[in-house]
Amino acid sequence: MKNNILTIMKKEFHRFFSDKRMVFTTILMPGLMIFILYTFMGEAMQSQFVTKDDYQYEIYADNLPDSMKPGLEQMKWNVKDKKNRSGEEIKTEIAEKKADLYMVFPENFDEEVAAYDSSTGSMAPNIELYYNSTKTESSEIYYQVVSMLDTYEGTLANKFDINEGISKADLASEEEESAQFFAMMLPMLMLIFMFSGCTAIAPESIAGEKERGTIATLLVTPVKRSHLAVGKIVSLSVIGLLSGLSSFVGTMISIPKMMGGSGASMDATIYGVTDYVLLLLVILSTVLIIIAAISVISGFAKSVKEASTAVTPLMIICMVVGVTGMFGDGAPSSVSYYLIPLYNSVQAMNGIFSLHYDLVHVVVTVAANLFYTLLLSFVLAKLFDSEKMMYL
Amino acid sequence: MEAILKAEHLTKTFRLSKKQQKLEKNKEKTKVAVNDLSFEAYKGEIFGLLGPNGAGKTTTLRMLATLIHPDSGDVLIDGLSVVKNPGEVRGKIGFLTSELKLEQQFTPNYLFDFFSDLYGVQQQERNKWKEKMFERFGIGKYAEVKVSNLSTGMKQKLSLVISLVHNPDIIIFDEPTNGLDVITAKVVTDFLLELKEEGKTIIVSTHIFSLIEKICDRVGIIINGQMVVCDTLQELTKEKNLEERFFDIYMEVAGDPDEK
Repeated sequence: MKNNILTIMKKEFHRFFSDKRMVFTTILMPGLMIFILYTFMGEAMQSQFVTKDDYQYEIYADNLPDSMKPGLEQMKWNVKDKKNRSGEEIKTEIAEKKADLYMVFPENFDEEVAAYDSSTGSMAPNIELYYNSTKTESSEIYYQVVSMLDTYEGTLANKFDINEGISKADLASEEEESAQFFAMMLPMLMLIFMFSGCTAIAPESIAGEKERGTIATLLVTPVKRSHLAVGKIVSLSVIGLLSGLSSFVGTMISIPKMMGGSGASMDATIYGVTDYVLLLLVILSTVLIIIAAISVISGFAKSVKEASTAVTPLMIICMVVGVTGMFGDGAPSSVSYYLIPLYNSVQAMNGIFSLHYDLVHVVVTVAANLFYTLLLSFVLAKLFDSEKMMYL
Repeated sequence: MEAILKAEHLTKTFRLSKKQQKLEKNKEKTKVAVNDLSFEAYKGEIFGLLGPNGAGKTTTLRMLATLIHPDSGDVLIDGLSVVKNPGEVRGKIGFLTSELKLEQQFTPNYLFDFFSDLYGVQQQERNKWKEKMFERFGIGKYAEVKVSNLSTGMKQKLSLVISLVHNPDIIIFDEPTNGLDVITAKVVTDFLLELKEEGKTIIVSTHIFSLIEKICDRVGIIINGQMVVCDTLQELTKEKNLEERFFDIYMEVAGDPDEK
């Protein structure tokens, strides 16, 4: 009768995979949705905050000094003729997003700058720059001109330089930077993906069967309650894992797109086979424990609806625990932390994603999760045996 | 005659919820569904449990089928205790009630194989039995049609077939013809008689007198959770028909139903 676990698993797989709609919504859609959503977000952000290459800025200036002209020409910024419009009119145009920048230099700016002595405490020559922060191009040209003016100011009194001629001052490798980013974002996202994958299937399989009266048909057979519990938990976990992995793949593919230009170096190839194997083990053990917990909760519920409502607090816990991976200084070093379910998974994933994991932590996490899953399977088996919980 | 099933002093009490207390117009927190009930069923007979709704028939059958545990007492089925060896008992009996449903997205063929596996039926044996049963109930041509697309009658016939995948010697049916159309009901009652001919033991519960008269060898009348009479049908209906005899007994035990 040992292969009854296998029989139950085969049935669960058959039930799931023969339902094309279910396969699509649980396995294909999460990854696809994330890919489309993140790509769209990336594109939208790009168009929102990046000025097109061939854009011609509407720049106006009063008393433009000769010293500024070479800099402006180099950047191909043409200062346009005001055509008898007053300064106030130009400002109105900027407010109405028709113009981008209005610079007002003092008359004889170059002479004033040359004559100025900061030790006297008198007012330095002042440049007025008017722009509109709600217009991407205006905001862009404002910051660029400010930066250009800062540089110019620096060259006037050059006492020392910083990092002049050093091409790589940040000694972190590109992989490290990407890993840091992934380690911050992905553990939380993964936990949420896994949880939503599991909630899509476990209440349906336990509370749903109870609601439809089909679990009683199983319970009149000699199948051991523990086999039924383990068969269900393992098969549902495999489906939950596929759902979670789909979201993971969707995320990894779309992150470079979401990050735009700065994310060009961010891709999943920074991790090796060992990293992925360990990650898979942590994810699988996490899915097992989540499925087992949702199954037990669903065992108490009378209907799928009731079960879905009852797992909400667990979802909130998952999200809160997920957030812990975003803060702090990497994964904690004490082994005892890795005995706390969910938290251990987030921290272990954090370690793996940041490329600084301790194998002991990963092993303890997986072992602890398996132990809790066994414990919950035992509770589920007891529930199947309880007439109050399961009977018709 | 050899007793293959022995129910000994079965007692089962249920806790009532506030809502149930209101429905029962009763302030008691518990209800004794089955009270010290004993009977025996012999090999190769059809034994009928007769009683009004709420008398405790279904609770008794559920205890026989190991789905609920008796508070006290025991049932020995072919020498095995439902309390101590529920798993083994389940392998020996076939239990069917209208509350046991089949998953809608599977086909009769798949379900037959799946349940056969759970009962540990060998493949060769299973295929022969499947062919026979599918033919007997006209399921063959629907073998690959999803349960959700079957007619109600066909679903009920399939449920019956599924509950017997392991060809058990002891069959327990709760209200076997309840909710069936007249044609399906006849198919089922004829089949029960056939099983009896093959030497199987069948326990049915019902409140339909004609069904008892048609198929049962012996009858146990349950009123308020107690077995008040247990005898052969022949002996019970010696002077009056079953219906008249039942109401005589009911009046004696529970009083006039009109005055309630």
